[in-house]
Amino acid sequence: MSDSTPAVVEHNPDLRHHFANMEQQTETAVMGMWVFLITEIMFFGGMFAGYVIYRHLYYSAWLEGSQRMDFWWGTINTVVLLCSSLTMALAVRATQLGHRKSTVTLLIITILFGLAFLGIKGIEYWGHIVTEHQFPGPGFRFAGPNTSQVEIFFSFYFAMTGFHALHMIIGVALVSFIAYYAWKGRYGAHYYTPVENTGLYWHFVDIVWIYLYPLFYLISHVHRK
Amino acid sequence: MASTLVAAPERENYLNNEYGISSWLFTTDHKRIALLYLVTITFFFFIGGFFALLIRLELLTPEGDLVLADTYNKLFTMHGQVMIFFFLIPAVPAVLGNFLIPIMIGAKDLAFPRINLLSWYLLVIGGCFMTYTILSGGVDTGWTFYTPLSTHFLDTHVIAAALAIFIAGFSSILTGLNFIVTIHRMRAPGMTWSRLPLFVWANYATAIIQVLGTPVLAISLMLVALERIFHLGIFDPRLGGDPLLFQHLFWFYSHPAVYIMILPGMGVISEIVTCFSHKRIFGYQFMALALIAIAVLGFLVWAHHMFVAGISLYAAMVFSLLSYFVAVPSAIKVFNWTATMFKGSITYSTPMLYAFGFIGLFTMGGMTGLFVAALGIDVHVTDTYFVVAHFHYIMVGGMVMAYMGGLHFWWPKLSGRMYPENWGRLAALIIFIGFNLTFFPQFVLGWLGMPRRYWQYSPEFQVLNVLSTAGATILAVGYLLPMVYFLWSMRYGKPASDNPWGAAGLEWMISSPPTTFNFDQTPTVTWEAYNYDELQEAPVER
Repeated sequence: MSDSTPAVVEHNPDLRHHFANMEQQTETAVMGMWVFLITEIMFFGGMFAGYVIYRHLYYSAWLEGSQRMDFWWGTINTVVLLCSSLTMALAVRATQLGHRKSTVTLLIITILFGLAFLGIKGIEYWGHIVTEHQFPGPGFRFAGPNTSQVEIFFSFYFAMTGFHALHMIIGVALVSFIAYYAWKGRYGAHYYTPVENTGLYWHFVDIVWIYLYPLFYLISHVHRK
Repeated sequence: MASTLVAAPERENYLNNEYGISSWLFTTDHKRIALLYLVTITFFFFIGGFFALLIRLELLTPEGDLVLADTYNKLFTMHGQVMIFFFLIPAVPAVLGNFLIPIMIGAKDLAFPRINLLSWYLLVIGGCFMTYTILSGGVDTGWTFYTPLSTHFLDTHVIAAALAIFIAGFSSILTGLNFIVTIHRMRAPGMTWSRLPLFVWANYATAIIQVLGTPVLAISLMLVALERIFHLGIFDPRLGGDPLLFQHLFWFYSHPAVYIMILPGMGVISEIVTCFSHKRIFGYQFMALALIAIAVLGFLVWAHHMFVAGISLYAAMVFSLLSYFVAVPSAIKVFNWTATMFKGSITYSTPMLYAFGFIGLFTMGGMTGLFVAALGIDVHVTDTYFVVAHFHYIMVGGMVMAYMGGLHFWWPKLSGRMYPENWGRLAALIIFIGFNLTFFPQFVLGWLGMPRRYWQYSPEFQVLNVLSTAGATILAVGYLLPMVYFLWSMRYGKPASDNPWGAAGLEWMISSPPTTFNFDQTPTVTWEAYNYDELQEAPVER
């Protein structure tokens, strides 16, 4: 909380006029990010709720659909994202310690992991859409007893992974932006909130994938004894 | 500003420290952004009101003679969408909340001033999409976008309308986010949670709903759009998809959205009632907790919109019971406002007249809410004018009354000018009479069985419909009148003193209009909210 004396004690150029001190500014920014992430949980939550209901209704169709997922690409992508979270966390740490060069390097590695994820996702989408004709709509082709319910499965697959990929694209853009300013020397031990907040966002997008991966790729594996 | 009327040069304030269009469009001052919102939502209020007037004109006669059936469908759809998403939801939070919350908690600005400006731009961009939808022929899904009607059967601009509401939704989310963080982190020394004015509590409760509910609306509308554009089949019954799932997701937001539209109004009424009763609020803690209770319970009652849609009987019974629970905190509020007035020294100023109107009409709207929450009666009145009357008593009789009351109450602070008091009282009276004449007959119509959303009706309903249309005309006059005298007062109104009502609260301790940073130095709060018993009998301009 602020001091009632008007005298400006320290003059940190990154302190915005309506905050009393840097501590208040940092706490406020981080809390803002957490509240934003709660809205994101609700956004994805709507789709997860729908997924749960339909999986309950059409379980066998869900297994059929899940068997058409590419297990290895999905697993590799999970590993890629987990590694990117590690480099992101290390980048935040490096900023707090004021290591400009390692911050930039770690952020660039994070971007590369993110792009790798998107590339692999693109390969998978290409296979599903172009080769297998599994995109819902008039062009949907699927041999099996539950064709139309499998179409719903793929509707969820494309909606949920699609919105996740959109968040990844935004994430890559954010990290690039942050990396540029880190390279310019904007951040350091005195001011690292933007890096920290970008990191929070990145980890959130990661966690969404941690749920998407088993829900789409692994549910049929349980029954393959 | 006119200097001919004021001899002394005006003090520097947030209105006169900068001039020019860019000083408004790029401002990060919460007070200026509040005024940007005021202009924007007033525009949409009159657009939505225009649709309402056309609807009422069509219903003047039993035959469908003014507009075609399809046009009528578009009119009530766009009336609902414009009024809800572009007027009611931003009304009190984005205008009055934006202006007052930082001042009431002793802060210089909201926590994120640039995000605050961004959320105004998002509302404007959403508004552009809405305007495009209107001008290019409209949309006729009903404001609810029910599937599969919206996904498979209509050829109108569903995607543009959904996008408009999606974007406006993000404006609302960011406003809520800003308020939550501001109220948590920006309070002045000594401004504890139990000293916050109830207006702040009300906007906090609202912000919780905005943050938790609106994203679910966003994803529901996105899935409708994806179903239309890419033929995803999540709600498609031909594939085994469930249209009811859309209704569940939609009402998960849209029932709490009703509380987005009423809770801030309750905050306004608490401020007005205490000020013009010159008395501390009765049961402060109950009032604050009731706001939070309504916000929380609001998330547990959504399926009462779907009693006749084919949900399980047991689910319906649980949702019916939970809907009744909402009546408890609502009743606490009404009783406590009444108890606050008891033995108070009441002044019948314009804002207080609106507060009286609010309390009476909200009670009517709330009581009829119990009718429609009862399973058996709901079957009888679902999709009739009874429901239309019920929610208009809450939305227009409640929220618009509170918004008008708040606008009058804080107008001296916003503009630095007094509005003409007698014209204000007259307009409040006209609005009250016009409102009741418009909507009370609709209760009767609905009970007699007149369905909503039809452009024709049986001739025996005509008398009541004529009364309703006459009331709507009176109501329109009542809304135009303040528009005129507010504009007039900006130039010719008597300059307002810092505290023209003798009110308690930090916003009345600073100049009217405030300076850009609100306070010369951060205040230290040592008193409870509504400390009217400690205040000197201030010179009150009445």
